Amino acid sequence: MTVVSNVTCPVCGSLCDDIELVVENNRIVKVRNACAVGEAKFLGFADPHHRRVKPLIRKNGELVEASLDEAIRRSAEILAEACYPLLYGWSSTSTEAIRVGLELAEEVGGVADNTSTVCHGPSILSIQNVGIPTCTLGQIRHRADLVIYWGSNPWNAHPRHLERYTTFTEGRFQKSIWIRYLTKLQGLIGRKKAERAAELVSPRKEAMPQTEKVEGLPPPLKAEERKMIVVDVRKTRSAEIADYFLQVKPNMDYELLQAFRMAIHDRELDVDEVAGVPVELIEEVADVMLKCRFGMLFFGLGLTMTSAKIRNIDAAISLVRELNERTKFTIMPMRGHFNVTGANVVFTWQTGYPYAVDFSQGFPRYNPGETSAVDILARGDLDAALIVASDPVPHFPKKAVENLVKNPLIVIDPQVTPTSFMADVVIPSAFVGIETGGTAYRMDHVPLPLKKVVEPPETCLPDEVILRRILKEVRRLKGMRTA
Amino acid sequence: MAKLKVTLLTGRTINQGTGKEYGKFSEKYMESVAVCQIDPEDMKKLGVKEGKNVKVTTKFGSVVLKAEKSLRAPHPHVVFVPYGPWANALIGPCTNSLGMPTFKGVPAEIEPSEEKVPVLSELLQQQFRKR
Repeated sequence: MTVVSNVTCPVCGSLCDDIELVVENNRIVKVRNACAVGEAKFLGFADPHHRRVKPLIRKNGELVEASLDEAIRRSAEILAEACYPLLYGWSSTSTEAIRVGLELAEEVGGVADNTSTVCHGPSILSIQNVGIPTCTLGQIRHRADLVIYWGSNPWNAHPRHLERYTTFTEGRFQKSIWIRYLTKLQGLIGRKKAERAAELVSPRKEAMPQTEKVEGLPPPLKAEERKMIVVDVRKTRSAEIADYFLQVKPNMDYELLQAFRMAIHDRELDVDEVAGVPVELIEEVADVMLKCRFGMLFFGLGLTMTSAKIRNIDAAISLVRELNERTKFTIMPMRGHFNVTGANVVFTWQTGYPYAVDFSQGFPRYNPGETSAVDILARGDLDAALIVASDPVPHFPKKAVENLVKNPLIVIDPQVTPTSFMADVVIPSAFVGIETGGTAYRMDHVPLPLKKVVEPPETCLPDEVILRRILKEVRRLKGMRTA
Repeated sequence: MAKLKVTLLTGRTINQGTGKEYGKFSEKYMESVAVCQIDPEDMKKLGVKEGKNVKVTTKFGSVVLKAEKSLRAPHPHVVFVPYGPWANALIGPCTNSLGMPTFKGVPAEIEPSEEKVPVLSELLQQQFRKR
């Protein structure tokens, strides 16, 4: 039995690097410090029900087992023959593999796009428009006395974000708000119990509303304590921790952000409410923002995936920029996959652009909306696809998936996924961060090493090695063609 | 039969996160994502009990899901479906020239349904029959 410590968790963009794993006979038997999702991955990744170990090739409509050489040869043939292949995924593999993937995309004259195209793509476009005042998560942990989560639910999507970097962490200059939260929670449980008892005593009466509306503003907070604000379209578990929760109407974040920009400049809002939030509350929260010493606005897909998309982010960054005239304020997108930031970084240093890079003209071209994966798929422009460490079939709009599965499809993924189910060639790889090492970038652009903890099955090579072999074979085939 | 016009939100949940790690074809994954969280008051209006099925329809498609009472109501006329193949059957491909489809805040309609929730392989077969 060996204990491997300081393992980086290959799940979300928080990239917690304090995980401890107990390994016995090449199996992870115990996980310490990880969240529920991280633990599920470390303990369940090798489950034979969803782990593939043998390559597959579709023959006569059926996926049949094949040798690795055969699968690599077939993949190279598909890519070498294609005029406009899409090479998509990349966010759940190492930066080393992404680098080879981009070389392959250039070689075959295809389009390389990563999953940020359907998560923080609009944020990247907006950052390119207006810039971004940001910092690392360590700064937030030690110094931020105001943390805002806008359109983001860290308790569910980045479960240890609160505990490691913000509200529940003991920073050097900022204390955790655990005690305040526990007291609040006890009060909430007490009230629920009382409600339940009242219901039992008089069940015929109209049931009390599930969540009682709190009249007026929350009680005054101590100036020196860290505060938390959540803005979301529905009450989430993260919202329950917050000192202020602002329930914005769906698709109206832009209006609320602009109202905040007015409020911090002391302009009068001549209405009773904006986007469902009372003006009185907006003014109070704007005051909290202005009075903080170091504020942080984390924003999630609630801003990028709703109707105003890029304009929401423009408004959020502008709000933070204007707050910086009065105090210190920063902003950061909550990145999803563990190496989606790394994908943007590698794409940028290799091609000059962070995602949606088209090599079809022999040089990198970038025009999201035209060269981005969903648009190419929806138009049906592609004639082959290579998916690496991603599962677009269940996560892309139906119309886009129809065109993806209509064309030859190669999947490199350690897991059995809906995309691999629809593929023509499936090459199982080693789990990055568990069975093979590499580098990943945390959401604040800090690179962290991923560890190899257990040996992969013999037939499962790292993504980087598989991609190199495909690239070599593509070059051989192309050489044969030109010779 | 009662119908309700709603706004559809899709998003992550911790169960979706753990469910996907148990395998996308697993029962656990389906239980965590083939659901529709509805405001309890809206459920009353629809005459749907928790655990019964509802059909969610948008301009782009429709899918049958298991109704779940929202734990943190009120959010009238707003329903939530976790990310996954079931939610995606309802999303349109328009990206407003940004590369990003609208995954949240989509106008939808819900109604009670007697049909069963399709398992993943059925859903994939129904939607994208592979040659």
